[in-house]
Amino acid sequence: MTNPKSAYSVSTKKEKSDTHIIVVWVDNETGVLARVVGLFSGRGYNIESLAVAEVDAKKNISRITIVTTGTPQVVDQIKLQLKKLVPVHKVADFKRNDKSVIFKEMALFKIVGNENKIKQAIKACKKYNAVLLDKTKKSKVIQVTALRREIDKMTKNLKKFGLVSVSRTGAVAMTRGEKIFN
Amino acid sequence: MSKLYTGAEIVFKCLEDQDVEFIFGYPGGAVLPIYDELKNHSSIKHILVRHEQGAGHAAEGYARSSGKPGIVLVTSGPGATNVVTALTDAYMDSVPLVCISGQVPTHLIGTDAFQECDTTGITRPCTKHNWLIKDIKDLSKTLHEAFRVATTGRPGPVLVDIPKDIQFAKIGYSKPKIQKKLNGKSLNHFSQKEIDELIDLMNKSKKPIIYSGGGVINSGPEASEALRELVQLTGFPITSTLQGLGAYPGDDNQFLGMLGMHGTYEANNAMHDCDLLINIGARFDDRITGKIDEFSPKSKKVHIDIDPSSINKIIKVDLALVGDVKIVLENVTKTLKKNSIDLKQSNKQKISQWWEQIQKWRTKNSLHFKNSDETIKPQHAVQRLYELTKDKDTFITTEVGQHQMWAAQHYKFNKPNRWMTSGGLGTMGYGLPAAVGVQIAHPKKLVIDIAGEASVLMTMQEMSTAVQYNLPIKIFILNNQYMGMVRQWQELLHEKNYSESYSEALPDFIKLAEAYGCKGIIAEKPNDLDEKITEMLQFDGPVIFDCRVDPNENCFPMIPSGKAHNQMILGPDEKEENKITGKGKSLV
Repeated sequence: MTNPKSAYSVSTKKEKSDTHIIVVWVDNETGVLARVVGLFSGRGYNIESLAVAEVDAKKNISRITIVTTGTPQVVDQIKLQLKKLVPVHKVADFKRNDKSVIFKEMALFKIVGNENKIKQAIKACKKYNAVLLDKTKKSKVIQVTALRREIDKMTKNLKKFGLVSVSRTGAVAMTRGEKIFN
Repeated sequence: MSKLYTGAEIVFKCLEDQDVEFIFGYPGGAVLPIYDELKNHSSIKHILVRHEQGAGHAAEGYARSSGKPGIVLVTSGPGATNVVTALTDAYMDSVPLVCISGQVPTHLIGTDAFQECDTTGITRPCTKHNWLIKDIKDLSKTLHEAFRVATTGRPGPVLVDIPKDIQFAKIGYSKPKIQKKLNGKSLNHFSQKEIDELIDLMNKSKKPIIYSGGGVINSGPEASEALRELVQLTGFPITSTLQGLGAYPGDDNQFLGMLGMHGTYEANNAMHDCDLLINIGARFDDRITGKIDEFSPKSKKVHIDIDPSSINKIIKVDLALVGDVKIVLENVTKTLKKNSIDLKQSNKQKISQWWEQIQKWRTKNSLHFKNSDETIKPQHAVQRLYELTKDKDTFITTEVGQHQMWAAQHYKFNKPNRWMTSGGLGTMGYGLPAAVGVQIAHPKKLVIDIAGEASVLMTMQEMSTAVQYNLPIKIFILNNQYMGMVRQWQELLHEKNYSESYSEALPDFIKLAEAYGCKGIIAEKPNDLDEKITEMLQFDGPVIFDCRVDPNENCFPMIPSGKAHNQMILGPDEKEENKITGKGKSLV
């Protein structure tokens, strides 16, 4: 984590950094993602992953989900700075260990190798909602949805079963239960 | 069917509906249709600058001194990139600007066309918001929105990029409707409970201090009135940031002078030792706080600001009131009066010791300097300028450097909007074009740019603008032949290795003035100073005043980088024991 403050004000007190998932509802207009991302890079905030897509075509609203790390003070600043952007409607912030929120990432794994290895690979993926998207004699493409650290682990594990390519999304988040964030 | 207007006409319709009187600009290929339309709109006067940066700073000077947004009109490519410094300056100092830039026609965007640049991309981090108009339908709505964004909340610059084909395209025009609230960004979030909490803190405090900033100026003259009333009601001492000077009278006894890196001894020590710190419209800038860990360690901190992201950004506060300074302060004074809490009376005993302490600090006379009969001391020059102009309603602009700090220390401001300086960005070359803008807004008033010879050369070409429009601005150059602040830091940090901070070949400012068609005056001896300043003031027209000052004078008092408020260097004789060491050396 880079320190976003001026050199003149270097603080010797170190606060603990936490991972937060920031959800931003924005007008889906040109340059809006650049504004959000530029705010992070310009002020030295960290982006671990990013997911963005339009969620309301009628109202032209996109939902951006950003995973970031920072001290409580930095995370507060991120939220407040985001809220100042003209196309931003609302900003939600969840801690990664918040049990009342679901976080999911998706990954595609391409496995190339002999039948036995592929079988083992599929078996290893099973508990992460594995879906077989493509199969040939020598290869398989497996889709999994899981948490970031689980996918990290899978990526490591599958190497020995012939993993040749990984493609993954950023995290998306949603609260549990009937409540929605307003 | 309603009448159709071209994009260029719509630009002017919007400007008229926004009561715009002046545009600062420079023509070029991509804005020619707008310039062509200028002749049909007599209520709007265009001020032709000599460089787009000058247009931006002039608009800043206009805005800061008048409270109205400044309008800038530039062409695509270099026109837009030249204005970036001014936009960034306005962004840092919260000055409302609306910049309209031309762009290559929509079908050429992205082709590296002649004088094309990604203007909205370049200006995104230095504006509150910007827009590229891709459809004539969006033009009028966007322009009105641009004014709203620039002037509401914490003010700032915005930019509207208009491709040339949009300027030719035709569409109907309707006047703006009542403003809608955008994305729930309302301004005042404070409650009466918080006001009561503040008053409670004020009641309990034994060593209070009010620290006010540019937000008070931005909130309008009534905010300054409210501030004065509050200070008067409470009897509290008040200090001000660089941008806030003038909100509270500089010659009042409750005013401790400016605080921060070159602030007074009493202001900085009061900040350090206080038990209640009330920040009104300031942002705990690094020039103010010094070392963060040792900033005002014993105080409860209150922050009044319109920008929620300013709260807890640098310094954690105990109580935050998010809102327009004027509204918040009026609520505070109203509550004080309603409950007939006369803090001045009831607190007199409590804070009298505090005032005694402040008086002790005051006797240090930290703005003191050794005057000379031989050479003009820059501080003396500013003091004489102040004495000879204080009875006029004078507007002062500055460049950036030692002269700026001397002006802030020795020129006393009694009204808001009289002091225009580049604080956040620290833009050398700000003062001269800003003076142009101020004079445009206040044609009958005395406008002086207290300048340094290095800074003023950065935008000297705007003298030509001043001459063209008969703007009698006075450029008062404290000429020490050095980039003085650079030299001072080299002295403190780099063993007097004055690397590239001496200007070998300065122009003859008298001849330069004459070349521009204005008057040049030179003062070399302290005895001549008053007479020469009077000559400058009596001349009806622009003047360049070359005030030759002691080249070795440094700006004191000073908080060395990396030090706390109570570790000030008071003068040149003291600096050995207070040498900047270790980490402090790498700070700016």
